[in-house]
Amino acid sequence: MTRHEPLDLKKAEISGGVATDRRHDSAHKHVTGEAVYIDDMAEPAGTLHAYLGLSTVAHGIIKSMDLGAVAAAPGVVAVLTHEDVPGTNDISPAGLDDEPIFAPDKVQFLGQPVFAVVAETREQARRACSLARIEYEDLPALIDIAEAGEDARLVTKPLTLQRGSVGPALQAAPRRISGRMRVGGQDHFYLEGQIAFAMPGEDQDVTVHSSTQHPSEVQHMVAHALGAPSHAVTVEVRRMGGGFGGKETQANLFAAVAAIAAKKTGRPVKIRPDRDDDMTATGKRHDFLIDYDVGFDEEGRILGVDFTYSARCGFSADLSGPVTDRALFHCDNTYYYPSVRAISRPLYTNTVSNTAFRGFGGPQGMLGAERIIDEVAFALGRDPLEIRKRNLYGETDRNVTPYHQTVEDSEAARVIEELEISAGYADRRREIAEFNERSPIVKRGIALTPVKFGISFTATHFNQAGALVHVYTDGSIHLNHGGTEMGQGLYVKVAQIVAEEFQVDIEQVKITATTTGKVPNTSATAASSGSDLNGMAAQNAARQIKDRLIDFATGQYEVPKEQIEFLPGRVRVGNQEIPFAELVRQAYMARIQLSAAGFYKTPKIHWNRDKGKGRPFYYFAYGAACSEVSVDTLTGEYVVERTDILHETGRSLNRAIDIGQIEGGFIQGMGWLTTEELVWDDKGRLRTHAPSTYKIPLASDRPKIFNVELADWGENREKTVHRSKAVGEPPFMLAMSVLHALSDAVASVAGHKICPRLDAPATPERVLMAVERLRAEG
Amino acid sequence: MDFVSISVNGTELAGPAEPRNLLVEFLRANGLTGTHVGCDTSQCGACNVLVDGKLIKSCTAFAVELQGRSVTTIEGVAVGGALHPIQRAFHDYHGLQCGFCTPGMIIAALALLQENTKPTEDEIRAFLAGSICRCTGYQNIVTAIQAAAEQMESGNV
Ligand code: FES
Ligand code: FES
Repeated sequence: MTRHEPLDLKKAEISGGVATDRRHDSAHKHVTGEAVYIDDMAEPAGTLHAYLGLSTVAHGIIKSMDLGAVAAAPGVVAVLTHEDVPGTNDISPAGLDDEPIFAPDKVQFLGQPVFAVVAETREQARRACSLARIEYEDLPALIDIAEAGEDARLVTKPLTLQRGSVGPALQAAPRRISGRMRVGGQDHFYLEGQIAFAMPGEDQDVTVHSSTQHPSEVQHMVAHALGAPSHAVTVEVRRMGGGFGGKETQANLFAAVAAIAAKKTGRPVKIRPDRDDDMTATGKRHDFLIDYDVGFDEEGRILGVDFTYSARCGFSADLSGPVTDRALFHCDNTYYYPSVRAISRPLYTNTVSNTAFRGFGGPQGMLGAERIIDEVAFALGRDPLEIRKRNLYGETDRNVTPYHQTVEDSEAARVIEELEISAGYADRRREIAEFNERSPIVKRGIALTPVKFGISFTATHFNQAGALVHVYTDGSIHLNHGGTEMGQGLYVKVAQIVAEEFQVDIEQVKITATTTGKVPNTSATAASSGSDLNGMAAQNAARQIKDRLIDFATGQYEVPKEQIEFLPGRVRVGNQEIPFAELVRQAYMARIQLSAAGFYKTPKIHWNRDKGKGRPFYYFAYGAACSEVSVDTLTGEYVVERTDILHETGRSLNRAIDIGQIEGGFIQGMGWLTTEELVWDDKGRLRTHAPSTYKIPLASDRPKIFNVELADWGENREKTVHRSKAVGEPPFMLAMSVLHALSDAVASVAGHKICPRLDAPATPERVLMAVERLRAEG
Repeated sequence: MDFVSISVNGTELAGPAEPRNLLVEFLRANGLTGTHVGCDTSQCGACNVLVDGKLIKSCTAFAVELQGRSVTTIEGVAVGGALHPIQRAFHDYHGLQCGFCTPGMIIAALALLQENTKPTEDEIRAFLAGSICRCTGYQNIVTAIQAAAEQMESGNV
């Protein structure tokens, strides 16, 4: 605190205001290991540990369940099944009652929780779990969506987007191609696994420390499971060791089990699955099959597209509705389709229920758009970049999306053009052609792909946020809001906004753990919306207090409002300057309220899902990436030689944090599209349930040359907080440039005349198969 | 139950441990929670520590094996309250996001710079093969290690 430091009344600037490269709020604690994650919290005496017993078949009726040996095992205090759920045995975030905490009579995927053991130690609970004897009667299981029939079961209502008449447009088109693309899923691999720690309180009360992106939902789910009102449940999260969407709904299960166990035993209960169970029992990014039919002219102008996006959703709806919706919302990426139809098929499968993951369906949607660009380009023998540019949204016409929102802020052309120059695209394209001419085995490829990502939750009501700001009489400030910190730097950004408002050093602003007790009814920290929503809510709270201080000063010093100004560390009131803390103290003595709850809701947005029309997005975030690869055509192995990124974050609140999001998002996206391959066997067993079999990018898996730039001209055309733009998800999709560079390298073996139709992830095996197919056909 | 005594960060850490207890469990049970558990399967490096100056994953060693040995954890890296240059560099160069991998990364960097004071970027990246970061894309981690190496070389710490 600054209270005992000498006051600098001439200070020109506060530290840590908006648009400074402020470090992560906990950086100093992370480097010493002092930052406390839930598993690091001191355990109160009597703490118990829970562990989940998982199903061993993909689809089956539970014929008998003998948990006698489990209950009798050393250290076991309680065994929980669906019968021990005091409230409702359901944690469906969609409210569809399709996601039991413990499977009651039937299991629907291999790895589904059937029971839980609560014991004195985690090791005892874990060992006891293996003593369960459960008999199943196997039912037919659908694992792979490629095997789903026409009338296959859906987990939620599908969506259709439609503009123009696609049938006639396709028929009339001079050229027409149809095909199918397979896009793999992805495990989040947040480095801190799922965890919850519940402390029973008096009456129906329980406090749950949950590693969650959505404390309000955890609160509701726990209340639901306990049969208690929401006011009895407090959910708190100071920080997560990564989330990426994997802790949006997937934290619910663990919190509910910990809370049930805590209330049942009257003792604190912690639950932390080990990594294999975490990967087996929690949802992932949806894998998709994308069927497309595209009509175009000889110039490469797309005339009509018909898309079907089928997704492996798993056994319950979870967030599959909004995820598959968002896939459709991005089936255009940056391209205008004169006529289009896009249909989603959220398919029921006997696999874990897939969920949110950075991009939330958007990346899969965009891959469909980029695939048809490749198809058109190779069919016409043109550079795909030329086809991309030819089909971009226009400024004044050709600017309506498949969901009838007009694109008013297209920066795609500018981003592409600037990147094309800074990355030296044209020269390198020529050099690569020459290189490939000379090099029979190693082939190079290059691609420049744009990204346009819609910002807002597509469920309009989620676009609201709250914050709570207290100013204490020593001038120190307590900040709380509904957003959660998972490493993305949200806490520091919101603190920067508050420091800026009051013109105090950021050190004076205390960032406090997100808790449902301080700010209620919050939305998930998701959809890249964290700073947009919570930043605005905190700014609103700060402004209320500022307004009261201004009113107070006006009366106290008899000066007009216009003569009051918040300067760094002080307030100018007429001709005098008063230290901030001093003015606050005076205001307190005059009985001025120094606390405020702030609120924000995103303007302009609306969405009618039944009609497939509206303005679901407040604005779009843009970026582009250019990647070059070299492929060994004898083995399919490849190296990313270079990636250049130009990304637009509006007027950045914190460039250092934004660049970190871009680098991290890109590498994570590259992992999804290249090495991260999920494999379920025909029994529905996930065979890639640890990083030993599931390949997460390592430090050495990166472009040899990696240039990341923010577009410095960026400014949000909409009135967002300090005209910044969201940055959490959009950069993830910049990795499409790597997939398309691989495609380009593969295409070179057949003179760029055949579309390689490279599916994702483009593992070396897939690349090799594509090379061999093209060599055979070419 | 055995009684284990290990020198951790220069202080004797003694306590009961079952033969099957892992070093990481022993450390964490004794309040040294900066050593994290990321994967439980010896892949992620969140649990990196130094044993007699050598890098190991503390989820791959039994506590009883370490009887009488000397272990350095993240809590022992700062000397006399001042951050080690590697810690300072991770802090200053934004070498972290969620921070969960950070202690393990810093320990790995310490081991690297002990054996190679001037690593190239490729050497740093190769050395980090046993340490996963899911957030940063490694860029700032590598930059931080390079910066720390330079500072340590020039003695300008
Ligand atoms: S927890 Fe030891 S390597 Fe991951
Ligand atoms: S900072 Fe999150 S895993 Fe490295």
